[in-house]
Amino acid sequence: MSENKLRAYWKENLRYLAILLVIWFIVSYGFGILLVEQLNSLSIGGAKLGFWFAQQGSIYVFVVLIFVYVYLMNKLDKKYGLDES
Amino acid sequence: MSVLTWTYIIVGITFALYIGIAIWSRAGSTKEFYVAGGGVSPLANGMATAADWMSAASFISMAGLISFMGYDGGVYLMGWTGGYVLLALLLAPYLRKFGKFTVPDFIGDRYYSNVARTVAVICAIIVSFTYVAGQMRGVGVVFSRFLEVDINTGVYIGMAIVLFYAVLGGMKGITYTQVAQYCVLIFAYMVPAFFISLAMTGNVIPQFGLLGNVTDGSEMALLDKLDQLHRELGFAEYTSGTKSMTDIFCITMALMVGTAGLPHVIVRFFTVPKVRDARISAGYALLFIAILYTTAPAIAAFARTNLINTVSNKEYAAMPEWFTKWETTKLITHEDKNNDGLIQYVADPSTNELTIDRDIMVLANPEIAGLPNWVIALVAAGGLAAALSTAAGLLLVISTAVSRDLIKMQLKPDISERNELIAARLGATVAVVIAGYFGINPPDFVAATVALAFGLAAASFFPAIILGIFDKRMNREGAITGMVVGISVMLFYMLKFKLGRFGGGTAEDWWFGISPEGFGTVAMVINLVISIVVSRLTAAPPKEVQDIVEDIRIPSGAGDAVAH
Repeated sequence: MSENKLRAYWKENLRYLAILLVIWFIVSYGFGILLVEQLNSLSIGGAKLGFWFAQQGSIYVFVVLIFVYVYLMNKLDKKYGLDES
Repeated sequence: MSVLTWTYIIVGITFALYIGIAIWSRAGSTKEFYVAGGGVSPLANGMATAADWMSAASFISMAGLISFMGYDGGVYLMGWTGGYVLLALLLAPYLRKFGKFTVPDFIGDRYYSNVARTVAVICAIIVSFTYVAGQMRGVGVVFSRFLEVDINTGVYIGMAIVLFYAVLGGMKGITYTQVAQYCVLIFAYMVPAFFISLAMTGNVIPQFGLLGNVTDGSEMALLDKLDQLHRELGFAEYTSGTKSMTDIFCITMALMVGTAGLPHVIVRFFTVPKVRDARISAGYALLFIAILYTTAPAIAAFARTNLINTVSNKEYAAMPEWFTKWETTKLITHEDKNNDGLIQYVADPSTNELTIDRDIMVLANPEIAGLPNWVIALVAAGGLAAALSTAAGLLLVISTAVSRDLIKMQLKPDISERNELIAARLGATVAVVIAGYFGINPPDFVAATVALAFGLAAASFFPAIILGIFDKRMNREGAITGMVVGISVMLFYMLKFKLGRFGGGTAEDWWFGISPEGFGTVAMVINLVISIVVSRLTAAPPKEVQDIVEDIRIPSGAGDAVAH
C-alpha cells in the first residue's frame, strides 16, 4: 500500500466523519437545545418539534447516522482494497 | 395467581436461564475470559452491549426522572444515546484494529509507558466502582419490593448469581448471558408500555402514543393536556423545563463523551472478529438501546398524566391499593396539611401534601395502570436483568485491570496462562465482594456519584484515546498530564459541590453555572488543551509508535486479538 493511497483513504474517512458529526451536533445540540424555543413554535403530531428532537427525534437520527457510516466505510474500504475478507 | 407467586416463577426461570448459559459457556483460556475468544457475532455483540450498557438506572430510574423533569430529562435521552455515534465513528473500529484486550492496554502501548498504563488502570477502577455499587443496590431494591425479602438478602442473592457466571465464564459467559438479559429486559419494558399507551392514547406503539391525543374524550394532545395540568398545579410546563441552556448543553455533552469513554462499553468491541464487525455492532447496539430510549419519554409522560389524574384533589381514603403498598416502603408519603381529607399535589412546598420517590415510577406504573399480575412480575425480572448485566460487565473490567494490566503487564510478566486465569477469577471474586459491601452499606456518595462516573470517564479516557488515534504527534507526556489533570479537576469539583468538601458550595457558586453532572465537559476540554500543549513542548513519540497509529487507521489485517 503506497503512502499516498493511505493518506487519500484517511482524508476521505475524515471527510465522512466531519459531515456525519456535524449532523449529529445539529440534531441534538442544535435542534434539541440551542434552537429549542424557535422549533417549539412548530409541531409534529401532538408534540412541539424542539421538545420532540430532545426526547425522541435526535435518537432516531443517531441510529441512522451509524448505519450510514457503516455503509460509507465499507464502500470506501473496497475502493482502496482495504476490506478484510 | 398473586403478584408474589408470579414474581417467584418469572425471576426463577430467568435466573435458571442465566446459570445454564454460564455453565455452557465456561472460559477455558485468558483470551476467552477477557474478550470471549474474539469470535462474537456483531448481532450478539450488539445485544450484549445494549444489556451491558442499560443499567438499573436506565431501566428503573430514567423514565421516572424524565417524568419529573419534563423537557430537562432530554439530557439523559440524548446523552446516553449520542455517545454511541462517537463510539462507532471515532473509537470502536480503531481500537478493534489495535487488537488488545483492555483500555489500559491501548493507553500503555500507544503512550509507550507503564506510568500511563497505571494511570489508566486507576481511572478504570475509580469509574467502574462508582458505577457498580449503584447496580448492587438496585438489585437489592427490586428484591425487597417484589420478593418481599430484606434488601441485604437481595444483595447477597444478586452477588451469588453474578459471582457464578462472571467468575466461571469471564467475558464469554457474560456475553451470552447478556444476550439473554437483553431479551428479558426489553420484553419486560415494552409489554407494560404497549398496554399503557393503548389505554392512554388508543395507539399501541408508545413512540407514536406520545404524539397522540388523550382518550378521555377531550381530543387534546397528550402533551398539551399534561402542560395544562402542570400549569393548574403551579409546576413549570412539562415541555419547557427549568435548567439553564448552558447546563443542559454541558450535561448532555458530559454524558455522551462519558459513554464513549466507559471501559466496560469499549471493551465489548474487542470481542468481535473484524473491524467492520466493530462498526456494525455499534449500530446494532444503539438500535437495541433506542427501542428502550424512545419508549422511556412516552412512559414518562403517560405516568405523569396518570399520576396527577389519580391523586390530585382526590380523597386520601379512596386511594388504590398500590398507593398504600408503596406508602409502607416510605417511597410515597402523604401529610394532610389542611385536614380536608383530599390530596393536594402542587408545586408550592408549603401547601403540597404528597412526596413521591422518582425511582418508583417504572416499577409502580403497571400497578397504577391496573395491568395484570404477570406484567408486574415481568417488570421485576427486567429490572434484575438490567442491574445484573451491567454489574457483570463492570466487574470484568475491574478483574481484568488487576490480572492483566497490573499483574501480567507489570508485576509478573512471566506468569503462566493458567495462573493468569486464576488471578482473573480471584480478581472477579474480590470485586464482587467489594461491590456487594457497597450495596449493603451504601456510603452517602454512591447515589451522588453514579451519574458522575460519566464525568470521570469523559475527563480521563476520552481525550487520551481520541488523541491517540487522530493525533499522531500526541506523546506520553501530553497524555499522562492530560489524564491526571482532567480526572483531578473533575474529582475536585465533584467533592466540592456534591459532597461539601473543600469548603463546599451551592448552585450559585458553580463555575459558569455548570452543575457537577455537566462539569465533565469542562474537565474534558481542560484535558484536551493540556495534552496538546504539553505534547508540542516535549519530544515526538518514537517511530514504532507512529507506525502503530498508521496501522490502526486502516482496517485490513486486524486478525485475532493477540496476547503478544
